[in-house]
Amino acid sequence: MSVASEAWDWLTDDANWSGPAGIPVRTLEHLEYTALTLVIATAIAIPLGLYIGHTGRFRVVGVGLTGALRALPTLGVVTIVSLHTGIDLTAALVALVLIAIPPLLAGAYAGLESVDPATVDAARALGMTHWQVLWRVEVPLALPLLIGGFRSATLQVIATATIAAQVPGPGGLGRFILDGLDLDDYPRVMGGAVLVIALALVVDLTFAALQRLSARRRVSTPERV
Amino acid sequence: MRWLGNNVELVTGYLVSHLWLSAVPIVLGFLIALPIGWAAHRVPAVRGVVLSLGSVLYTIPSIAFFAVMPAVLGTGFLDPLNVVIALTIYAVAVMVRFAVDGFASVSSAVLDAATATGYGKVGLALRVQLPLAGPVLLAGLRVVSVSTVSLVSVGALIGVGNLGRLFTQGVTTGNNAEIVTGIVLILAIALVFDALLVVTGRLVLPWSAGARAVRGVGR
Repeated sequence: MSVASEAWDWLTDDANWSGPAGIPVRTLEHLEYTALTLVIATAIAIPLGLYIGHTGRFRVVGVGLTGALRALPTLGVVTIVSLHTGIDLTAALVALVLIAIPPLLAGAYAGLESVDPATVDAARALGMTHWQVLWRVEVPLALPLLIGGFRSATLQVIATATIAAQVPGPGGLGRFILDGLDLDDYPRVMGGAVLVIALALVVDLTFAALQRLSARRRVSTPERV
Repeated sequence: MRWLGNNVELVTGYLVSHLWLSAVPIVLGFLIALPIGWAAHRVPAVRGVVLSLGSVLYTIPSIAFFAVMPAVLGTGFLDPLNVVIALTIYAVAVMVRFAVDGFASVSSAVLDAATATGYGKVGLALRVQLPLAGPVLLAGLRVVSVSTVSLVSVGALIGVGNLGRLFTQGVTTGNNAEIVTGIVLILAIALVFDALLVVTGRLVLPWSAGARAVRGVGR
C-alpha cells in the first residue's frame, strides 16, 4: 500500500506538474511522437494496404510482412535503430513507424477484403471506375476495420514510445519510468506508469467510440436507401 | 559472430531464463483462460464483463504494467514474478476472447446429439466442447505465444534477466552484434514455440488437418 500512496504523493506534487520535465510537457511530447509516427506510418501503410485489398495482388507478401514485423521484439528494434541513427528523435521515430505499419496495413487490406464481393460487382456494373469503387464503396464499408487498425497501431505506438525512452534522446512519459528506475525513485516509476496507463485507456476509449459511430453509419445506410 | 563466440555463457543464461519467463505465462494463461472462457460462453452477463475487462487490460503498455505490479502484489521492484504475473494476465486477456469464440463455434446440433447420447455437463464440456473448440483455441495460443516471447524482453528494463538484456546492454556499449543476437534468438524462440504448437495441434486435433485436406480435394 505504501508504494501506491507514495506514487499518489508524486502524482499530486505540484513540482511535478511544471517545468520542461513536468508531467504536462512529457505528456505532450508523448502525444507528439505518437501523432508524428501515425502520420508517417499512414502515408506508407494505407496506400499499400488499400492496393493489396483492392487488387488482391501481393496479398501473401502483405500477410507475411505483417506477421514477421509483429514477432520482432520492439525493444530490439528501438535499440538497433538508435545505434545507426544516433541518439535523437530519429531513432525512436524510425522504430515507432516500423511498429505502427503492421496493424495499419492489416486493417486496410482486411477491411477491403471484408467488403461483400457482390457489392463491389454491383458498383462496377453501375459503371463506377476503380477509384470510385475504392473511395465510394470499399473504403466507407471497410471503415470500422480501418479504424480498428488505427486503434491498435496507436496503442502499440503509445506503449513503444514509453520504452523508446531507453534511448537517451527522446522525452515522453517513458522518461519518468526509466529515469525513476535508474535513480531507484520508485514513486516516480509508479507515477509514470499510472500516467501511461491513463493515456492509453483514454485514447482507446476514444477510438472505441469512433469505431461504434462508423459501424452505426454503415448499418444504417441500407435503411436510408 | 565473434562477440557471440566470446559470450556463449552469458547468452545461454539469458536464453534459458527467456524460455522460462515466456513458457510459464503462456501455459498458465491458457489454463486459466479455459474455464473463464467457458463460463463467459454460457452466461452472457459474464461474457460482457470478461471481454471488456480483457480489452482494457490488454490496452495497458507492458512496461507500465510491469512497473505497477509491486504495488498490486506487494512484490519487490526487481522481482521476476512481476513480469511472469503481468504476462500471464495479458495471456489470459487475449486467450479468453479466443476461448469464447471457440466454444461458440461448436454447433448446437452436435451439443444436442451429445446430450441425447447421455453426456453429462462435465463430459460434454471436456469431451465434446473442448476438443471441437480446439482449432480456435490453437489459433489463440499461437497469438499469445508470439507476443509473450517478444514482451518478455521489455522485462529487461525493470532489471529481469533475459535476452532483452542484450538490447539494454548493447545500446549502452554501442554493440551492434549483441542486439542482433538478441533479436535473432527471440525470433528463433517464437518460431520454435509456434512450430511446437502446430505439431501438438496436429497430434491432439488430427481431424482438423484432415478436414482441411478433404475440403481442399473438394475444391
